[in-house]
This record gives sequence, structure tokens and C-alpha cells, in this order.
Amino acid sequence: MPNISREEVAHLARLARLAVTEDELDKFAGQLDVILQSVASVGEVAAQEIPPTSHAVPLRNVFRADEPRPGLSQQQALAGAPAVEEGRFRVPRILGEEA
Amino acid sequence: MTASTADVLDYDEVLARFDPVLGLEVHVELSTNTKMFCGCPTAFGAEPNTQVCPVCLGLPGALPVVNGAAVESAIRIGLALGCDIAEWCRFARKNYFYPDMPKNFQTSQYDEPIAFDGKLDLELEDGTVVEVGIERAHMEEDTGKSLHVGGATGRIHGAEHSLLDYNRAGVPLIEIVTKPITGTGARAPEVARAYVTALRDLLRALGVSDVRMDQGSLRCDANVSLMPKGTTVFGTRTETKNVNSLRSVERAVRYEMTRQAAVLAGGGEILQETRHFDESTGSTSAGRRKETSEDYRYFPEPDLVPIAPSAEWVEKLRATLPEMPWQRRKRIQADWQLSDLELRDLVNAGAVDLVAATVDAGATPNEARAWWVNYLSQEANTRGVELAELPITPAQVARVAAMVADGKLTNKLAREVVDGVLAGEGEPDAVVAARGLEVVSDDSALYAAVDEALAAQPDVADKIRGGKVQAAGAIVGAVMKATKGQADAKRVRELILERCAG
Amino acid sequence: MSDLTHSTAAELAAKIHAGEVSSVEVTRAHLDRIGAIDETVHAFLHVDTDGALAAAQRVDDDVAAGRPVASPLAGVPLALKDVFATEGIPTTCGSKILENWIPPYDSTVARKLRDAGVVVLGKTNMDEFAMGSSTENSAYGVTRNPWDLDRIPGGSGGGSSASLAAFQAPLAIGTDTGGSIRQPASVTGTVGVKPTYGGVSRYGLVAFSSSLDQGGPCARTVLDAALLHEVIGGHDPLDSTSIDAPVPPVVAAAREGAAGDLRGLRVGVVREFTGEWYQDGVIAAFDQAVEALRGLGAEVVEVSCPHFDYALPAYYLIAPSECSSNLARFDAMRYGLRVGDENGNSAEQVMALTREAGFGAEVKRRVMVGTYALSSGYYDAYYGQAQKVRTLISRDFERAFGDVDVLVSPTTPTTAFRIGERVDDPVAMYRADLCTIPANLAGTPAMSVPAGLSDDDGLPVGLQVMAPALQEQRMYKVAAAYEAARDKAWGGPLINRVPELEVAAR
Repeated sequence: MPNISREEVAHLARLARLAVTEDELDKFAGQLDVILQSVASVGEVAAQEIPPTSHAVPLRNVFRADEPRPGLSQQQALAGAPAVEEGRFRVPRILGEEA
Repeated sequence: MTASTADVLDYDEVLARFDPVLGLEVHVELSTNTKMFCGCPTAFGAEPNTQVCPVCLGLPGALPVVNGAAVESAIRIGLALGCDIAEWCRFARKNYFYPDMPKNFQTSQYDEPIAFDGKLDLELEDGTVVEVGIERAHMEEDTGKSLHVGGATGRIHGAEHSLLDYNRAGVPLIEIVTKPITGTGARAPEVARAYVTALRDLLRALGVSDVRMDQGSLRCDANVSLMPKGTTVFGTRTETKNVNSLRSVERAVRYEMTRQAAVLAGGGEILQETRHFDESTGSTSAGRRKETSEDYRYFPEPDLVPIAPSAEWVEKLRATLPEMPWQRRKRIQADWQLSDLELRDLVNAGAVDLVAATVDAGATPNEARAWWVNYLSQEANTRGVELAELPITPAQVARVAAMVADGKLTNKLAREVVDGVLAGEGEPDAVVAARGLEVVSDDSALYAAVDEALAAQPDVADKIRGGKVQAAGAIVGAVMKATKGQADAKRVRELILERCAG
Repeated sequence: MSDLTHSTAAELAAKIHAGEVSSVEVTRAHLDRIGAIDETVHAFLHVDTDGALAAAQRVDDDVAAGRPVASPLAGVPLALKDVFATEGIPTTCGSKILENWIPPYDSTVARKLRDAGVVVLGKTNMDEFAMGSSTENSAYGVTRNPWDLDRIPGGSGGGSSASLAAFQAPLAIGTDTGGSIRQPASVTGTVGVKPTYGGVSRYGLVAFSSSLDQGGPCARTVLDAALLHEVIGGHDPLDSTSIDAPVPPVVAAAREGAAGDLRGLRVGVVREFTGEWYQDGVIAAFDQAVEALRGLGAEVVEVSCPHFDYALPAYYLIAPSECSSNLARFDAMRYGLRVGDENGNSAEQVMALTREAGFGAEVKRRVMVGTYALSSGYYDAYYGQAQKVRTLISRDFERAFGDVDVLVSPTTPTTAFRIGERVDDPVAMYRADLCTIPANLAGTPAMSVPAGLSDDDGLPVGLQVMAPALQEQRMYKVAAAYEAARDKAWGGPLINRVPELEVAAR
């Protein structure tokens, strides 16, 4: 079934935000191929009429009251940040949607 | 090459060759006390990163729990839009990386929205009613806000770095999506604006949101495409974002129509892309081209369990729906005895709420309407703002109207008082005092008597108006009689001549 | 070696609460043991000496003042898997990307432990983000199996299992997504329990695969595991998938089971869990364990769960898919590692460089497999189909539990393998979870209890006992009964056969 090329690995890595190296592209292409072949057997199961299970327990309608709960202080929120400026998380320039 | 943003086609020519198709996506921030999935407050304008917790910051290990009040708001919105309410639905994760989104996925709804298949009737300025189909209304969460530093002021392009505030991250959003709106022709921009206006009024009546476009609690993305006349296959659409006022909705749609028409007329192709509306130029520009097509990899949110609103719950919520704007307009028309045209003027001026509030504050409907629909609307137009944004309140207008009714102000003086209030000189009484506008109180009674006497002898009044000043004597006598001789005859004569001069 | 470190949690609690020994003494004994041998075993990523002693002191103060103790385990030390957020204490999940991250909040499990007066000694090593079956995927080095230092302690919770087998702690907490509590328990001769999904709060448990992850107790005896289960279990309003029902009466069941009477109980042996991947010594030990259950009066029948054969592939689609989304938040923006923030690199580039540098190979593999399986063109064939298989596996369980009270199998097909043996063969590594995964997919409880030593290599084998959802008491009873019989047959607790470890300080 699957046959994962270097290009596909590169595409997946881009989607997953992984700056993989050239060596890794080769290595992962082979490994992903093996992994996906080994899991492809799920396709053998006749399951057309079977409903999918997204949750292991059959719970419904779990809601919270609309009441404020204490959160974090600004200092706590920013404590783990790689960079901070003016009470905000400082991040590298964003290549945005806007022109 | 395709989109040259400078080229637009003349609007009439656009319509001669193409039919526009609209799709409007409105995001509304709910005014719940807390966020969609955590107990952080949602107030606008707090210090950065002070309304955050492990959940809305996306800290490792934190888990969402659905705000029941947000679900109720979503269901009420769905019901007000005539939607079916899902018997069972789930949240889904929409996966994509963006720094303003703490988990790098947005918890949203995908193929199972809580409300779907509704409609909203709009009335255009000339009374034409347009029915807009509602595809769906679904629940999701807002993103944080970025501040771009360096480069052009506040713009993302050319910025050196960005600063993130997650106070807004996780604020409950309802996204309301229309079905494709076709057959509107030249009126497409007007329909777009009327739709957002009608939706805003509806949401305000429901009390579920502040619906402040200027603060971003109501946001509109406008999808526009053109199809050549005579065809029925939709063209490629663009999605214009950053449309931050009702007026911009109209302008953005109109601009996109003319731009797309120019591209198509020149043999080019429309790119399916996100465009950005620029308020100052009234034009749209293309967003950054993505190297790869977006693949959001939706899957059911495993951290949240399905929502299955019972029929009893939905009916209970239906019973809480307030009078809808269109029902209210009907009632007001009857209560205030307005003609269709008068009602339309009132609605088109965006003055229904303001007039109602002025009436509540003691003015008669006609006085209140005269102020808002005539005098103040002009003022708002001159200033280029919405009527509600004028710096005068219904209570202040009602106070001025009361002073006119009491004879303390003539209409002309009243306008001066209103101008003073608009100019920031304080309450109406303060303006009257400061500017010395109040008529002599004795005169107010005299005016009434003079008016009565003139009305009782119309033929004499006509003579005076015709220039026979000496005929005023008969009226003076009548007034003196009516006031039991307590009026100053000389003053009365002056007043009679004044009344007959205009 | 001291009596304190070789006592059970129940014994220690009794002595502490009776004032015979202080919690501080018990805690010091374990901290000393960690100090002496952890250089060799490397079960811990962080030892919280001050916090542990302070917690112990509070319990001692309660005892001294005659106040009731906070819980039946108050004062007893515990090793916490480093996947649970602990306020003020580093939490790394075995990943470079979270090196030095100090959470500003407590997971519900950590809070419950603190509230119960349990003394948290520190955080244990694990496969990065709980992805692995050997703890070799930790960014901070391997943990060694105290039974044989050249072998793996299982995974992902190898630090927790090794800490028990090395007598560094009498209790530990693990998490089990596809077997990460039970398989390490099996290969270290300890007890590990995966509760019903929703039985123990996931709030603050750093997610690997949200619909499968479940925290649970680890111990050297069934009763100790039950005592810990009752401390950490129960409804949590901060976890939407938490079950709003009382914790099953597992302590009572463990005590009842110890009496050794299983008459009237029907035990199903899963037919599918045998074959080419199973080590002979494991099968032999398992067969003996089944015989022992018969000897205790249980009726044993063979049961077929035909879709269990598809559990492994379904799992290796669902778990990577969910992890690809769960791990997206590690992006260098708000916390954790940041790499490449220089030369005008964009946020997008910094994210990709950081994730490349901060994640190990197994995490990257799974993130990419998950990204693939969720992609629009493949969703139905992979993720969608896997979720249908999940339904079929749940139905197999339902059918089986219509016939029997519990199901049993080997916990894992082999004993502890050698360090390095499977690192370059991901699929071989994945087979360690063959028998454990069905319970994760169905959300049902399962546990591993030591079932003697394999006659081919002398290493521990685990007996897995599975029960229907929220019927944990059944498996605890069976496990406790079997444990008593086994100790009788082996002439004492199996765990005492762990080789004496060289003490580093000489």
C-alpha cells in the first residue's frame, strides 16, 4: 500500500514543523514506510457499517458553570517564556497572512 | 500574471458582465463571564496576559472543559436564526501552527456544527426583503493578540518581532456562515452590509455579545466570487478579512467585485486566497501565498465529550428568546403609528434603539424620531460616524425635547442646545445656562395664547401675513381677553407680528 | 539495604501512623537509597529532597499532634512519572524540549498525592512523551532494569518500575497509553495497574494520546497498588473525560483476594495472545499462572477476541495521530526550548528548528505518521478505519465479559530485552505492547501482576488481568489471590530475588 518518498517525508515534516536534515529524510522515508505497511492491516477489517469510536467512555454533555476561576498571574504566565517584553511573550517575526 | 491590485473595472460594467456570489462568515465573541474552555475572565482591555491559566495558555497537561453558558448562547443564536439544533455533535481540532494559538490547534467544530440550516430576512433601504440562508453556526475559541514591533507601525509585514498577549485566547466564538448569496446583482455590497447589520441587531437583542465591530467582538470575513452572466457555476472566491465596520463590509465587497471583474476581463484567473481590506484606501490586497495548501487535519477532540442537547433543553432555551428585531419593528410601527416609509427611515437611520430609549426617557415618539432621524442623522453623516457613536445620549435628547414642550426653548434654540451637547459643553441644562438660550418664561404662556388666537381667526391671521399689520389689533384683543388682561399688549403685538412673519 | 526500603507501603503506613517510625526516617531511607544507587539505575530525573522531607514532616506533625492522618498512605514515599505537571518542580516528560520547564500548576494526580500526605520523592525517567517500551527514548539517558542492568526496565514508565524494583520507592505513578504501566511492571517483577479510562484524572498529565492515556498506580504488591489507586482515583471536574462515579472498592477486593478463594469466578484466556512473537519461558510461566488460578477454584475457559489482532495497527494509527496534534504546542513560543532565534529567522523557522532539535527520533516518527494518517486524503483509510477497529475491539471485550468475569494473558510477549536490541527496529519495539493495547482502545481496566520468572532467562514475567469498565475490584481480587498463591509456591515475595545492587558510594 503506502510508499513514502523523501518528498512526502519532507511535506509531512513541513506540516509538522520539523526542520529535518537530509540524512533524516532518507532514514524516516524507510522507517515510515515500514511502520505504515505494518499498520495498513487495519484496512483488512470489514467495518463499513461499524461506527467509529472517538472516546473510550460514553460520556455526554460535560459542562462547566460560567464562573471565573483564579488563573495565573502575569509573572507566572511568563515565567517559562524564552523571551518576554512589556508583559508579553516575545516571539520572532511572524510571516503572517497579511501582505 | 493575474491580480494586479490597482486595476478595477467600472461598477456598471462589472454588473453588465458578471453576477456576484457572496458568502459571509461572521465571528461573534460571546459575552460570557468566562472563556470557552476555562474559568478565565473575558473582559476587554485588561493588562496583557493577566486573564490566562494553564488551559488557555496551552500549557502541557492542561485540559479544556466546555462552558455551559456558551453552549446555551450558541443554541439560542441557532434558534433565533431558525436553525436546526444538532441532536448530537462534537468539537474537533483544527490543526495548524500559528503563534497566537497556544495549542497550535483550534478547538472548533467541523462537520458536526451545533446549529445548521437557518435563515435571516433582511430589509434593504428601499424596503426590499432579502432572505439569506444560514449554512451553520458553530462554537470555537478565539486566538490571542499579536503586537508587531519594528517595521511599519503595527503591521505584521516588515516587523522585527512580535509580542503576544493571550488574554483573548479561548474567548468563546460563534462562527455563523451563510449559504451562498446569489441573485443580488448591483445590490450585493448593500446586501452584505444589511446582513451584518441585521445579524448584529439580532445578537444584541439576544444579549449574547457586545457586538462591537470596533473592538472585534463582531468580525466579518467576506467571500466574494463572480460568475459570467448566463452561467450558474460559481467562480473562484476570495476571502477578505479585516473588515471592521459595517461601512467596510459594503466597501470591501464592492471593491472585490470590481477587482475580480478587471482580472477576469483581462483574461486572468482569480486565485483562491485570503485578502486583507485596507480601511484607508478602501481596497484589498493579497495575503502571503502559502507554499502548500492548507490541510487542517481535523479530528474529533478527544479531550471533550460529545454534546447532545435534549429536546427539553432546546425548548427551554427557545422560551428565553427575546422579541426579535423584526418583531419589534412591527410592534413599534403599530405603537408609534408609523407609515411604512417612516419606519424604513427610522430603521435605515439605525435609530430604532435610540428613539426607543429617548421615548423611554420621556419624549414623544414623534419628537424623538424628529431629532434622531432628521437632525442627528445629518450630524452623524457629516462626522462620518454611526448614529449611536454621536456624543449625545437618548436621555439628553429627551431633556431637550421636554424643554421645547415646556416652551422653554424654541425649536431653533433647541438645535443650538443640541449642538452644544455635541460640542461637549455638558448636559442640556448646562448648555442653556452657559449660552443664555432660555426664552423669557413669561413669553412661553403668551406664545401659546397668541397661537391659539391666530388659530381661532385664520382669516385675520392671513391678513396680517398679507401685510395688513393693523389687523393685529383684533388678535391683541383676543389674547388680552384670554389672559384676563395680565399680558403686556405691546409685547403681545410684537409676538403676533413675529409669529406671522415666518 | 534497610527494612524500611524493603517494606510494603501498607506496612510503612501502619508504622508511621502508629508512631513506630517517622515519615521523615522512612523518607530519608529512600532518599539515601536513591543517592546510593541511582547513578547505576537512573530511575530519577529529579529528586525533590527538600519537598519530600517537608511533606514527611507535616505527616509526622499530624501523628505527633494526634490529628487524623490525611489518608491511609500519608507519610509513604512515592516516585512520580515525569509526565505529571508538578508546581515548582521540573517536569520534562523525558524530552529536551521541556528541559528546565517548571510548571506553574499541579496536575490533579500530584495535588491528590500532596493532599493525601503521600511523600513525592521526585520525578522518574520515561520514554520521551511516553512514546516507547524501553525508556531508551528518554533524552536524559536510559534507565536500567535492577534485575539485569544490561536490560531495559520497560517503557514508557521505566523509571517508575525500576524505582520499585530497586527499592528506591515503595510506590510509583505511571501512565498507560498502550501498556506503559503494565509492560514495565511485567519486566521488573512489579505490579502495575491501568484503571478504567476516566478513572484517574488526566488534568496535568502531559498528553501523548488523549483518548488512550490513563494514569495509574505502581507498587510491589497488589494491596499497595490498591491503596494508591484509591488515593489518586475519582472524579475531577477539570477533566471532561473523568467518570463521575465512586472509585471501585479495590482495597477491599485486594484484601478479600488475599484469602485465596476464587471459586465461582470465570476466567477467560485470550486465544489470540500466543504465537510466534511469544517467548517460550513467558508462555510457560503464564500457563503455570493459569494453573494456579484453577487451583484457587477459578473456572478457566478459552475466549476468542478476533479483532485483538488488529489492536496493534489501530493503536499505531490512533496514538500517533493524537500525538501529532498534542505535541504541536511545543513550539518555542511560550515555554520550553527555543533554538535558532537569530539571523532574522521567522517564528515559523524557529518553531521548526526547535522541534527538530528538541524532539527525539521516535517522537518525530510518530508525529509524522500521525500527520500522514490525519491528512485529508488518508483520514478515512487510516484514522477513520482505526476508530472503527476500536469499536470492534470494544465489542470483542463486551462479548467476552458476557461469558467470563476477567480475561487473562501474558502482559508482554517477552521478558526484558537488552538495551539497544530494538532501537533501530521500531516495529519490533511496538510488539512489546501486543497484549496491553486492547484495554487502552476499549478504555477498560487491566493490570499486570508478577507471574514468576521465565525458565529460559530467569527474568520476571507478568500476568495480565483484564476486567470490564469500572470493575477494577474483580481484577484486584484475582491478582491478590494469585499473588498469595505465587508467594507460597515461591517461598516468599518474588521481588526479594532482585540481585543486590552495587552501592555507588564505596
